[in-house]
Amino acid sequence: MSETADRVRKIVVEHLGVEADKVTEDASFIDDLGADSLDIVELVMAFEEEFGVEIPDEAAEKITTVKDAINYIDEHQG
Amino acid sequence: MFDLSGMTALVTGASGGIGSAIARSLSAQGARLALSGSNVGKLEAFKAELGGDHVALPCNLSDAGAVDTLVPQAVEALGKLDILINNAGVTRDNLTMRMKDEEWEQVIRVNLEAAFRLIRAAAKPMMKARFGRIVSITSVVGATGNPGQANYAASKAGLVGMSKAVAQELASRGVTVNCIAPGFIRSAMTDVLPDAQKEALTARIPAGKLGEGEDIGAAAVYLASKEAGYVTGQTLHVNGGMAML
Repeated sequence: MSETADRVRKIVVEHLGVEADKVTEDASFIDDLGADSLDIVELVMAFEEEFGVEIPDEAAEKITTVKDAINYIDEHQG
Repeated sequence: MFDLSGMTALVTGASGGIGSAIARSLSAQGARLALSGSNVGKLEAFKAELGGDHVALPCNLSDAGAVDTLVPQAVEALGKLDILINNAGVTRDNLTMRMKDEEWEQVIRVNLEAAFRLIRAAAKPMMKARFGRIVSITSVVGATGNPGQANYAASKAGLVGMSKAVAQELASRGVTVNCIAPGFIRSAMTDVLPDAQKEALTARIPAGKLGEGEDIGAAAVYLASKEAGYVTGQTLHVNGGMAML
């Protein structure tokens, strides 16, 4: 697993208080990990801070799974 | 109790009657302030009078672009933002039948839309900090209505509804969102009223007198304090009993 993926999973575990083994790449934040819309806003803010990327609202709306987040960060990290 | 030392606040309309009283009260409890207003001269004079380590951030609240930069400027100047006081407001009174589009729009833009923009911008840092106090100054008129003030009453009632919505969104993150609804408060505006009109006004107030700016300042200190953390989505009416809601 990539370094980005590890860091993303760590943030998700910390913010949502879920078991690490539940945070698979295919896991949906809302359906599988019990996040609500406010949690997603916070996750996006945490990703922005951790990786120094800007995630605009339109992009944030499309990030629904752990994999979506990893891919977005990998594509946009400078 | 109600010690605000180490806390920072952005106050809009800070050089006005109620705004300056709120700023004085917050400052007296130890908060460091970003004072905002449209009149640079008045603002600087008030900052000098207040003393302490406060900053002045002039802003025209009818300019959306300028409003959107105000919270980031305050965070930059103060290092963080714990308290947002949406106090600035304007009136453009007219009977509904005669009310111009501009009169409606100007009041909604400054009183309601600017408050929304500031809340939206402040929500992020407050959520991250797991602490925030948002207090908007509405008016008894927002609850009771007042002839000639369809625009003003709408903007003030709008603040109440908006605050309740945001309060529900942010409650789990330690951010409270409340309103203070002043009744008739003694100010430069009420000082010039003819005695007969002042008497008619006070006759409607069980307390038998107009309120003072400090009455609103004290309410703001309470809602901004750590002690008020379990109070959210509420409107605190400070009106000498003239409307019991």
